[in-house]
Amino acid sequence: MRLDTDPYLQHYADRVGGLSASAIRALFAVASRPEVVSFAGGMPFTAALDFDAVTDVVAQVLAEQGPTALQYGIGQGRPELREQLVEVMAHEGIPAHPDDLVVTAGGQQALELTATCFVDPGDIVLAEGPTYVGGLGALTSLQADVRHVPMDADGMQVDVLADRLDELAAQGRRAKYVYTIPNHQNPAGVSLSLPRRHRLVELAEQHDLVILEDNPYGLIDFEGEVRTSLRELAPERVVYVSTMSKTFAPGVRTGWVAAPAPIRDKLVLLREAADLCPAHFTQMVVERWLLTQPWTDQIETFRKTYRHRAEVMLDALAAHMPDGVTWNAPTGGLFVWVSVGAELDTADLLAKAIQQRVAYVPGDGFFADGSGRHHMRLNYSYPSPERIVEGIERLSALLVDERELARAVYGTASVPGDRDDPARATPDPA
Amino acid sequence: MPAPLHVAVLNGGSSLEREVSLTSGSRVTAALGDLGHHVTRLDVDARLVTRLVDLDVDVAFLALHGSTGEDGTIQSLLDLVGIPHTGPDALSSALAWDKPVAQGLYRRAGLAVPDHVVLSQAAFRDLGAAAAVTRVAEALGLPLVVKPAAGGSSLGLGFVEEVGALPAAIMGAFSFDDRVLIERHVTGTELAVTVFDGEPLPPVEISPRGAHYDFSARYTAGATEFHAPSRLPRDRNDAACETALAACAALGARDIVRVDMILEDDEHPTILEVDTGPGLTTTSLVPLAAQAAGVAFGDLCQRLLELALADPDDGAPTP
Repeated sequence: MRLDTDPYLQHYADRVGGLSASAIRALFAVASRPEVVSFAGGMPFTAALDFDAVTDVVAQVLAEQGPTALQYGIGQGRPELREQLVEVMAHEGIPAHPDDLVVTAGGQQALELTATCFVDPGDIVLAEGPTYVGGLGALTSLQADVRHVPMDADGMQVDVLADRLDELAAQGRRAKYVYTIPNHQNPAGVSLSLPRRHRLVELAEQHDLVILEDNPYGLIDFEGEVRTSLRELAPERVVYVSTMSKTFAPGVRTGWVAAPAPIRDKLVLLREAADLCPAHFTQMVVERWLLTQPWTDQIETFRKTYRHRAEVMLDALAAHMPDGVTWNAPTGGLFVWVSVGAELDTADLLAKAIQQRVAYVPGDGFFADGSGRHHMRLNYSYPSPERIVEGIERLSALLVDERELARAVYGTASVPGDRDDPARATPDPA
Repeated sequence: MPAPLHVAVLNGGSSLEREVSLTSGSRVTAALGDLGHHVTRLDVDARLVTRLVDLDVDVAFLALHGSTGEDGTIQSLLDLVGIPHTGPDALSSALAWDKPVAQGLYRRAGLAVPDHVVLSQAAFRDLGAAAAVTRVAEALGLPLVVKPAAGGSSLGLGFVEEVGALPAAIMGAFSFDDRVLIERHVTGTELAVTVFDGEPLPPVEISPRGAHYDFSARYTAGATEFHAPSRLPRDRNDAACETALAACAALGARDIVRVDMILEDDEHPTILEVDTGPGLTTTSLVPLAAQAAGVAFGDLCQRLLELALADPDDGAPTP
């Protein structure tokens, strides 16, 4: 007899067919064990929050606005919160009006809603290579054709983007939008230079393109440097996304999108179809946090914490990593992007790393096309400085040993090529 | 209802198959609870022995997969602290876990295994085995299957179509074990035969919708089509069952094992490996075989407890 492990198979939508169990995800179940130093997550260090203040804020919301806080809200999000979020944007010099904003369940929902708004199956979306894995997930689940534009120390190579756009135009095709994380990009850890920002906006004008500007890390610059936003340069072309996850806490699931009015209206309707409205309670917590607490001081605490941890990680990498392993020196954000050399495959290596009690995210997760296999992303915001040193020592020892093994296995004749890996163009070591 | 026992369901741990084990453990815990047992589910870690002794359990149900759970380690430890456990004993587990050793045992017992070569990291590091890699392809022929010499869930499994891809596949498998097993790719119908309490359950035919029965095909519901008994003629199913019993005997394995094999050209049973800690998830082969035999999952778990308690060697260290 035939035994069905999934009797619903015939009922699923086509786009669900590709969702399957993965060995890498199963390995991450081990990486979360306490004995493993995990550089794999992207978690902010929420223990650095002022919990007396958070407790006060939450208590005040319930005591003073309890029935409202636990009620439904409107799809666009509370106007009072949107006013506060406009202040957060102003802190980065980004102009916006509360009406432009839609509050979302973290930045991720904004990425998902934007993808839903623009992408039909097979549509082309251009994205940095590597790019944020959650941004890719939102796109691939809608069967987008994601094409990567390589990066270097100045961010996305806009000249290559120009070529790609010309090629598409010659084929009579177009990209639905360009997805970029211009500040302290996840995972590459670099920022788009100002001349490239201007060039990107020019290209958008020339090709009638929408830009999805994802900015979770703009305020997490170690020196407090503020960069010119794409929205500032071309508000009518940019769908701008940000989040309170890095500046306050991811647990409140509060992000937002600022978009031209017609797009904003679609996003509100899509979000109402998805989940009616943002959580009223956490909106009011964030709103009160921003209104009554010295929230910029909290950001300063995060910055200092992450700057220190980044330094510790970079020092440990410099002290222990073998020649040929390279990385960028981040000036903000949460990640270091490491190139391990052509002879090692970071996806293959993860199992051994976990057995040596250290974990990272293999680089191929940040590409839609399977490249990035000689890279890994390391997070420094969450592990303590002591754990960072311990983890980098373990990882370095592993890479020393594996490179030796790879040379022995490949012999001298057949070290694999770079497989035309676009990730090779990512930043050189500082 | 059976007499209620205090059962420790051991699952999780630091093995690379942790997630699969937690899924098996969750299902077993629910089934044993439904039968009225007092069940304590334990995610195994460095406190395990102390916890087991403090809990004073009657029996341990092993829902562990991967190293320490399947290689004889946990079985020996439970023997030492005097707690009966489900599944094969420490020696059988250790023998089956070491695929090259187990292949040798099957071959000695007159059973067919794929032609294979075992290469260790030391062979490459210290003895220059890289110079012999092309000979592997010459000796076994292409395509080749490359797998870690120990471990389950198809982790680290590679299929090699051209000799140039062999070193990379070897490196991939080395991430999971110090030795790799390189086998001739045997084609035919893939079967899993569960031997339960000394009797074979109906052979389960494995027909992945994708190219290979890899991790994703194993654990994505619907990714593989199963038939039990297989759609092969009855005498082929019988031959598969006989082979499974013989493999089980070669290992001296008791209670429950799963014997994975390919009927080459749909005719000759060739043993791929034997799993002494088979998966018990909803997409796993043993529960499917039990279903085909009309054995409910709870009854399967109950019988395994009874077998564990009845085993005379269990619960006492070997003198």
